[in-house]
Amino acid sequence: MQCCVCKEKPATVHLTQIVGDKMQKLDLCEECAKAKGINDPTSFAMADLMLGLGASQELDQSAAGAELKCPRCGFSQADFKKSGRLGCPDCYKTFAEGLSGLLKTMHKGTRHIGKVPEALRATRENSDRLKSLQKKLAKAIEGEDYETAAGLRDEIKSLSAATAKTR
Amino acid sequence: MKDIHAFLCSPAESTHRHGPHDRIVISSRVRLARNLRGSAFPGWAKKPERVKVFETIQPAVSSLVDMKDSFFEAMDNFTALDKQILVERHLISREHAAKNVGSGLVLNRDETFCVMINEEDHLRMQALRPGLQLRQAWNAIDTFDSALEKKLDFAFDSELGYLTACPTNLGTGIRVSAMLHLPGCVLDEQINPIIQSVNKLGLAVRGLYGEGTEALGNIFQVSNQMTLGETESVIVERLEKVLAQIIEHEQNARERLLEKKPKVVFNHIGRAYGILANAHSISSKETMNLLSLLKLGVDMSLFPGADRALVDELFLTTQPAHLQKQLSDKLTAEERDLLRADMLRDRLKGVNRPVARPPGGPAN
Repeated sequence: MQCCVCKEKPATVHLTQIVGDKMQKLDLCEECAKAKGINDPTSFAMADLMLGLGASQELDQSAAGAELKCPRCGFSQADFKKSGRLGCPDCYKTFAEGLSGLLKTMHKGTRHIGKVPEALRATRENSDRLKSLQKKLAKAIEGEDYETAAGLRDEIKSLSAATAKTR
Repeated sequence: MKDIHAFLCSPAESTHRHGPHDRIVISSRVRLARNLRGSAFPGWAKKPERVKVFETIQPAVSSLVDMKDSFFEAMDNFTALDKQILVERHLISREHAAKNVGSGLVLNRDETFCVMINEEDHLRMQALRPGLQLRQAWNAIDTFDSALEKKLDFAFDSELGYLTACPTNLGTGIRVSAMLHLPGCVLDEQINPIIQSVNKLGLAVRGLYGEGTEALGNIFQVSNQMTLGETESVIVERLEKVLAQIIEHEQNARERLLEKKPKVVFNHIGRAYGILANAHSISSKETMNLLSLLKLGVDMSLFPGADRALVDELFLTTQPAHLQKQLSDKLTAEERDLLRADMLRDRLKGVNRPVARPPGGPAN
């Protein structure tokens, strides 16, 4: 059996974890296991996170590391684990990493496509357009189509100037 | 102190609200969750911050055109009984009833808009409509929200949408729900497969008082669960489609029962009438379950001349807080059971026992 991380050396460290009704198995070689800091099975939750498995458990697991706290309201990941609710709107930024996996399992998508407050509608449309222009620009440059690229660059410039003004 | 009871319409009046498909769909509701930028969510905020949020939101809500002549009150000014009455009217959640200082309620004159302040989120605004009117309720609350966003700074993220205390409400913050009376599906033993298939579509089926409650009186609430990655309109549409199917199932179940097992149905309804009209002690739970059957009997024309509104009214007035409110002394549950039975016997005096079979129905 090969190590599932380096896919080279034979796996000698075997871990099995059952969360709810899901079973997760990991087979690692000794070096990779050490590199991931797995010396005993109790630290497996950490390994799980590092290997990007079990998205829904991500929050729990990163809590085992450094205790992250929201700079605005002081809410911690342990608090979230306890209540299932967040402390303030800014918590979504603070805990963005851990939440993204959770949101994927919870909702249809991870990007809001519904109602937008009227005051933000224009800026949101602009930023969407800006993003797509930047993608096009990168493509143009890659394809060495400098004429198109120059046009795109000017468009981006004027658009971001307009956005800055409305802010 | 302002009197919520003087403001609320009487139980008798409230049963005369009508809407499309209201034999099966009792009411439609769309609620939006919103929070103020820069303030901690109610569950994490300290008292002074909650009070400040309440004092910012309440005047803004009360000043809306839709809230002309509205009622508002802080939760700590309500008695436990008042709160329970609001829960029985489905105007506030059980969670909100448990709140005190820093939380409150704004309710409009005809009880079509009800705003909970500092429930799980800073704002939970709901549009309520009788019968099946999800689209109308959504349009109403959409307009309401658009007017309010001019007065309040809502926490909104360009990627995640409206930010809510619980990630399950993130994005649109919308919950579209309908309260359904499904005695046919229950008697025909179809309710479990229906619940399962509705769950598969990502919708929740709950009991009479929402999350974690029993389906008393064969009443079920169907609502969306996912709020992110779809537009409000798409969510409303999905609910509309599913509800249309459930309504059809219920109608078919009632027809099938009358055709295939008429004696079973008449037996249930006749016994329900017998107990309700003759008991001397009856619990709230038993009352609701039997009133559901009585209502089915009225729908099936087994009680010629009986008013369906009377059954709806009794459904409300026999619930613990409504019953307690009609009496001056504080009662124990046992005493309430006696008085509930007295009231039912009295109010059902004018309702004759059910006919043996519906007029024009199958001759056996």
